[in-house]
Amino acid sequence: MAAVSTTPTGTGRPVRPRRSRHVDPTRRSQAIAAWVLALPFVVLFLVFTAGPVLASLGMSFTDLRSTDVRDPFAVEVVGLGNYADLVQDPLFLKVTRNTLLYLLLGVPLTMAVALAAAVGLNRVTRLRGFFRVGFYLPVVTSIVAVSVVWKFLLRERGGLLTTAAGWVGLDVPGLLDSTTWALPTLVVMAVWRNFGTLMVVFLAGLQTVPREQLEAAEVDGASAWSRFRHITLPTLRPTLLFGAVITGIGYLQFFEEAFVMTKGGPLDSTRSVTFFTYDQFGFGNYGYAAAASYLLFLAIVLLTFVQFRVLREKD
Amino acid sequence: MATTTEAPPTPTQPDPPGPPRPRRDDDTRTTPRWLYAVLSVGLLVTAVPFAWMLVSSFKPERELRAVPPTFWPEDVTLANYESLFTRLDFPTYFLNSALVAIAVTVGNLVFCSMLGYALAKLDFPGKRVVFGLVLGTLMVPGVVTFVPLFVLTTNIGLTNTLPGMILPFLAGPFGVFLMRQFILSLPDELIQAARVDGAGELRIFVSVILPLCGPALATLGVLTFLTSWNNFLWPLVVATSEDKYTLPVALALYSVGQNATQYGLLLAGAVVVVIPVIAVFLVLQRHIMQGIAMTGIK
Repeated sequence: MAAVSTTPTGTGRPVRPRRSRHVDPTRRSQAIAAWVLALPFVVLFLVFTAGPVLASLGMSFTDLRSTDVRDPFAVEVVGLGNYADLVQDPLFLKVTRNTLLYLLLGVPLTMAVALAAAVGLNRVTRLRGFFRVGFYLPVVTSIVAVSVVWKFLLRERGGLLTTAAGWVGLDVPGLLDSTTWALPTLVVMAVWRNFGTLMVVFLAGLQTVPREQLEAAEVDGASAWSRFRHITLPTLRPTLLFGAVITGIGYLQFFEEAFVMTKGGPLDSTRSVTFFTYDQFGFGNYGYAAAASYLLFLAIVLLTFVQFRVLREKD
Repeated sequence: MATTTEAPPTPTQPDPPGPPRPRRDDDTRTTPRWLYAVLSVGLLVTAVPFAWMLVSSFKPERELRAVPPTFWPEDVTLANYESLFTRLDFPTYFLNSALVAIAVTVGNLVFCSMLGYALAKLDFPGKRVVFGLVLGTLMVPGVVTFVPLFVLTTNIGLTNTLPGMILPFLAGPFGVFLMRQFILSLPDELIQAARVDGAGELRIFVSVILPLCGPALATLGVLTFLTSWNNFLWPLVVATSEDKYTLPVALALYSVGQNATQYGLLLAGAVVVVIPVIAVFLVLQRHIMQGIAMTGIK
């Protein structure tokens, strides 16, 4: 059926006898070669990704504990019990709130800084590459190492921030010791470390903004802000959404910063869902940990789905 | 109001080019000074933590606790690095990190280019399903799979081994996606010609396609190496004894453990983790930027 309909579409080129589709040995050998090439990935994928993703879902309906690992038949199915417990667990509700706050503060801030940097770099002719590399640098560095450094800079006694604030007469306490400020501080560090990725993406997007329109608008007397607002931003819209989603997916999983800088404290104010899952895993509550991780996974899938919906509606 | 007056002239704009437009040229050429100033301040904010880390790692512990802090070390010492490499076992952690990152990188280069080629240029049953799986996996976070993965590695005896750290990352969806996108842009005629010459399909991949994939392989190699070098959650879970720690795991556990207040040691540790990466990045940054522009993903 497909072969029949494709033959007439290839009108442009002369029909070569070699390409007749019905008894084509190259098609067969192609399929075999393709599967040989695909096999290592597919096997690794099934064992180390697809298997665990399904196993995790299965586990989340059981009371599996670390002590049951070598004896799977001791495990009981508890249905949605873990999920029911999670939504009543005050700590889980708190880490969910922390994670959402981190997402809601972090994504807009990161996008704003990245967009400003991209627009700025786009106007610069000299040293553009230099600035770009500089801004991108934190992205490639280990979050753990960066967190160690920031923890040192943000110490209350003798820290760089407290000292610098002292020069201008401000009294800044140890931000990481405050239940109010610890999480926003982690957000600021995340912005510092991550905006480089989006900056590069946005910079590429800015190249697609039609120059003629910008120039025409300028001739018509539109201000720089109005040109940005009505021409640049609408063109960038898909890029911005894409950026929001990849940043959001990353921020929903935040863990290392809190692990190193605050150990989730003070008073669990920086503990995230991933951190909670890691803790439950450490306590040996595998079923409970799996259920928590699945709720996070669900949030990530939802976020992605919403992006596709929004993109499609406007197109 | 604006719309009614503007709408007609815009589509039929071609006439205005008649008069000379000197103003526009000037505007695009001259970049305001303040923009350079703002960007420079931004660069300073980006760079200060790294600079502070580097200079502080050469200070003795006493000076690190000084209030107010010093910037330049008053007496430069290598004591922090000596402790890292003699009292603590950083050579082992460094070696573990390097071995894992190299193995993961080689695996991704080989397996992802193989599947990337198949998806880009070959016709086979199940192609759409496989590509769908690749795209779907891009979304799966490590936190969802680490519990069952730990159960799996425990049951096959790979917990606390380097293979246990390597295998789950040996072929990532990002690499497949990147290689597919690149290979799609290579002309089909190359493959057709090789087929006419009687080359087998696998032969075509190895001798025709791979040699042209240099730029994409470089990008993928650098990005994979960096991601693996910085990877944290899975090594933290699977390395249960100190001799299997990678650098980030060791640094994180020291920074929350009994060495938590030994700033000199921790900062020197951070230098050991970060400086090789910065060096690699500065040398190969072109490939990294291309990778992001190509796929939008780090």
